[in-house]
Amino acid sequence: MPKDGHIGPATKRREDLRFLTGKGRYTDDINIRGQAYAQFLRSNVAHGRIRGVDTAAAESMPGVIRIFTGKDFEGIGGLPCGWQVTDKHGQPMLEPGHPVLAQGKVRHVGDPIAVVVAETESQARDAVEAIEVDIEELSAVVDMKAAVKEGAPLVHDDIGSNLCYDWGFVEENKAAVDEAFAKADHVTTLELVNQRLTANPMEPRVAVGDYDNTTDQHTLYTTSQNPHVIRLLMGAFVLGIPEHKLRVVAPDVGGGFGSKIFHYAEEAFVTFAAKAINRPVKWTSSRSEAFLSDAQGRDHVTKIQLALDKQGHFQALRTETYANMGAYLSTFAPSVPTWLHGTLMAGNYKTPLIYVNVKAVFTNTVPVDAYRGAGRPEATYQLERVIDKAAREMGIDPIELRRKNFVTEFPYATPVAVEYDTGDYEATMAKLEEIADLKGFEARAAESKKNGKLRGLGVNCYIEACGIAPSHLVGQLGARAGLYESATVRVNATGSLTVMTGSHSHGQGHETAFPQVVADMIGIDPSMIEIVHGDTANTPMGMGTYGSRSLAVGGSAIVRATNKIIDKAKKIAAHLLEASEADIELKDGKFSVSGTDKSVDWAGVTLAAYVPHNYPLESLEPGLEETAFYDPSNFTYPSGAYACEVEVDPDTGKVTICSFAAADDFGNIVNPMIVDGQVHGGIGQGIGQALLENTVYDENGQLLSASYMDYAMPRASDVPFYTVDHSCQTPCTHNPLGVKGCGEAGAIGSPPAVVNAVVDALRRGGHDVTHIDMPLSPARVWEAMQK
Amino acid sequence: MYNFDFERPSTVDEAVKALQAEDAQALGGGQTLIPTLKQRLAAPAKLVSLAGIAAMRFVKTEGGKLCVGGGTPHAVVADEAAKSFPALAKLAANIGDPAVRNKGTVGGSLANNDPSACYPSAALACGATIVTNSREITADDFFQGMFETALEEGEIITEVRFPIPQAANYQKFEQPASRFALTGIFVAKYPDGVRVAVTGASGDGVFRWTEAEKALSANFSADAIAGLSVDPDGMIEDLHGSAAYRAHLVKVLTGRAVTAAR
Repeated sequence: MPKDGHIGPATKRREDLRFLTGKGRYTDDINIRGQAYAQFLRSNVAHGRIRGVDTAAAESMPGVIRIFTGKDFEGIGGLPCGWQVTDKHGQPMLEPGHPVLAQGKVRHVGDPIAVVVAETESQARDAVEAIEVDIEELSAVVDMKAAVKEGAPLVHDDIGSNLCYDWGFVEENKAAVDEAFAKADHVTTLELVNQRLTANPMEPRVAVGDYDNTTDQHTLYTTSQNPHVIRLLMGAFVLGIPEHKLRVVAPDVGGGFGSKIFHYAEEAFVTFAAKAINRPVKWTSSRSEAFLSDAQGRDHVTKIQLALDKQGHFQALRTETYANMGAYLSTFAPSVPTWLHGTLMAGNYKTPLIYVNVKAVFTNTVPVDAYRGAGRPEATYQLERVIDKAAREMGIDPIELRRKNFVTEFPYATPVAVEYDTGDYEATMAKLEEIADLKGFEARAAESKKNGKLRGLGVNCYIEACGIAPSHLVGQLGARAGLYESATVRVNATGSLTVMTGSHSHGQGHETAFPQVVADMIGIDPSMIEIVHGDTANTPMGMGTYGSRSLAVGGSAIVRATNKIIDKAKKIAAHLLEASEADIELKDGKFSVSGTDKSVDWAGVTLAAYVPHNYPLESLEPGLEETAFYDPSNFTYPSGAYACEVEVDPDTGKVTICSFAAADDFGNIVNPMIVDGQVHGGIGQGIGQALLENTVYDENGQLLSASYMDYAMPRASDVPFYTVDHSCQTPCTHNPLGVKGCGEAGAIGSPPAVVNAVVDALRRGGHDVTHIDMPLSPARVWEAMQK
Repeated sequence: MYNFDFERPSTVDEAVKALQAEDAQALGGGQTLIPTLKQRLAAPAKLVSLAGIAAMRFVKTEGGKLCVGGGTPHAVVADEAAKSFPALAKLAANIGDPAVRNKGTVGGSLANNDPSACYPSAALACGATIVTNSREITADDFFQGMFETALEEGEIITEVRFPIPQAANYQKFEQPASRFALTGIFVAKYPDGVRVAVTGASGDGVFRWTEAEKALSANFSADAIAGLSVDPDGMIEDLHGSAAYRAHLVKVLTGRAVTAAR
């Protein structure tokens, strides 16, 4: 792509004007005349049998319109799971039902039992408190390893086991991997926990259901990253509403981080209830409710082993992971610890033999699903931690050990089913050494020592598979959806454009970046282009935004649709200029006949398309509007190298991040400022995981970290000024923009850098510490130093 | 939140009278009470706001004491006590965030006696006098365990008098999520001895570390407590730290407070 066009400049985000002046229009800003309010009665026990739900007293409370219980949803579909994993014996995963409201049993604290719809939110809450629920409390299972033992209480009695699947990847390689381990010169083993996180988008979830009984039209306004997916899942599988009678709108959405991909019970409920009472119904989650009902992330317990030869060449890798599914299968939960995790275990390295075993387990906890990075952070963390440990055990410099094993030739087919199209891991590592001033580390460490602090350096690499995803491939792997993206480019008569995308922006800056792409292709100003997204009524069927896919997949659909526009516009221009189409050139918004001074500008052509007085009507339709779908032929593979420097207070265990540097390869860059912002945010979340965040249940399944009094979110003072660089660019070889995606990289690459740095600091301080599980809170670090 | 009646008197007498109503509750800055009400964990019939009582908002020095009106927000203390009692001003300046500091009051904090709040440690370490609408209570008598104080039903803290120490310092080690004190130490040195108060650590709320006080009264340096240890028994144990960790922090932070005391 040209570097002097609209692709490349750090254009300021046009959407920020409304966000920063309080004029964003979020779902909770939508209020419909006659609207009623829903409040959920949620289980306060983790596991129990519902003996009875008595709503009599609550029914007569002021303002109550109707109370719904599980009975109202008998015979209505449950929330579907969008991915079926096949286990190592070739059997499909166990797939229990997931009712909208509990049927017979409650399975986690927060499981919805009943809903009051009332005239006001306050009246609904009052009535919720008046509902009498008789629950026989059952023993809860929280610990995954205990859950799969014989005789453990069953989360779902009907499926007979808490083991959702036992997945082996690649099962056929297992014997060869074990053999390589038996012969290896050195084996490094590490057991670790990738702790459970809560996504905590700034905007809690909201859903408003509306129904028009004259047209039988349902409308759902919801905080979603993918309104078309919700329309399909909820319409086809839960409520039986065909697409033409169901409109789903996801307006401005205040952050998702994965947690707003999934179809939730509250969405189905308000849609159902709006018809049932023939009034709009609104539900707004409180932050407390979000902790109990938003799908959570991570929660893997892993044993990883790396086999090396004497020189440090990786010979084989094997892992065993317990992955928590929570009480029900959330929409894409089964795919996260398998296809989004196992396929990344090669990392940036030429490990010839890899075997990944994942046991997905049901427990009496909130369901777990994709959270920024989804599976790839878990893969990167364990791999980059075990490499650091191996380096120490073998007395090899950790950076040197990585370099020794880098994949250097592309395309590279890994032993875990993916093919990296391009990359240059040596380049990003060299860039990291420069921007992080790694040479100066020892001097800084000496300075810290003088101040009574232990300084440590952590370095790691990462690779991710994003730009999700080739539909034919994910279909083979169990996805029950395609993962293409769509765009409609509508050129208006006077030359401005409206681009309708199936991607959804909830912080990613699409309204700025996408016009840059189109403007660059046509040679017009980006201000002539408006982006429309988030409404199934006026956008083509799209799959939404997650997996760092919007530019790589959604942007490619826009490129394809814009190319169709340009092709047609050239035909019109050829007619107007009385020239051959083959001689028409488009540059800077002007069509000219090559080798002549004859030209017509962009607006002249677009006007001709809609006022076709002088127009080849016999061979060309009037109008200028095109739709395209783009299905990628491969994932994209962003990669990079990260460095973190920390200081540890030896007296208290408190970790301070002194610096964090990221050298990323995202291929081509459309807007470097937006990329910076995505990387900053990702690293912030990664530091949050490494040092602060932790979702903790007690043995009875009560959530202990149920508010910001106990769930530690990263704040500005917890993070340093980042040094980020994305000048290493190996463009993606298979999408038209050569872009790879940058939304998740920071969250994937940063946790191991922080933990590697803290372990390094403690070892430099004379402590024989090889690992500390995240979050590296002061208390945990101090305890590690006491051993 | 449940429904409640609301009164906003302008004098202490009116407030005392209003609080005689059944299930009436005084509202200071509301930084604990309002979130509690929002979660429906409290249901007072009437809230009596003390925010309109101008006579309860002041910071002044009198006879070697810093006197702070019970309704004075933390931000005002941070500002106006900066010269006369810098250690206390700094404590106030690090409570919560700007919104909390502009609403939350010293009287509200002491009356609530949260085991992790900052102010109780200053009051106890300074041997402050807590003045109410009806009497004066010494800090040693005032704090009676987690969320428990000597206040009677409907009694209002109108003023807190802190004897200004020769040297003092507050060391707050933040709980990572709430940023309350995971452990906080207030050390205050007076001509007749040193007082050390500990917040955040004990299940019984703020307490004095008398062993350290004795050692520091003889020798006001961090070395003086090097040989001491704190019994973890009775310390808080939660997601953010074990009892042993808190006991350890008490000693580390006391040493730091002594070194930093001005």
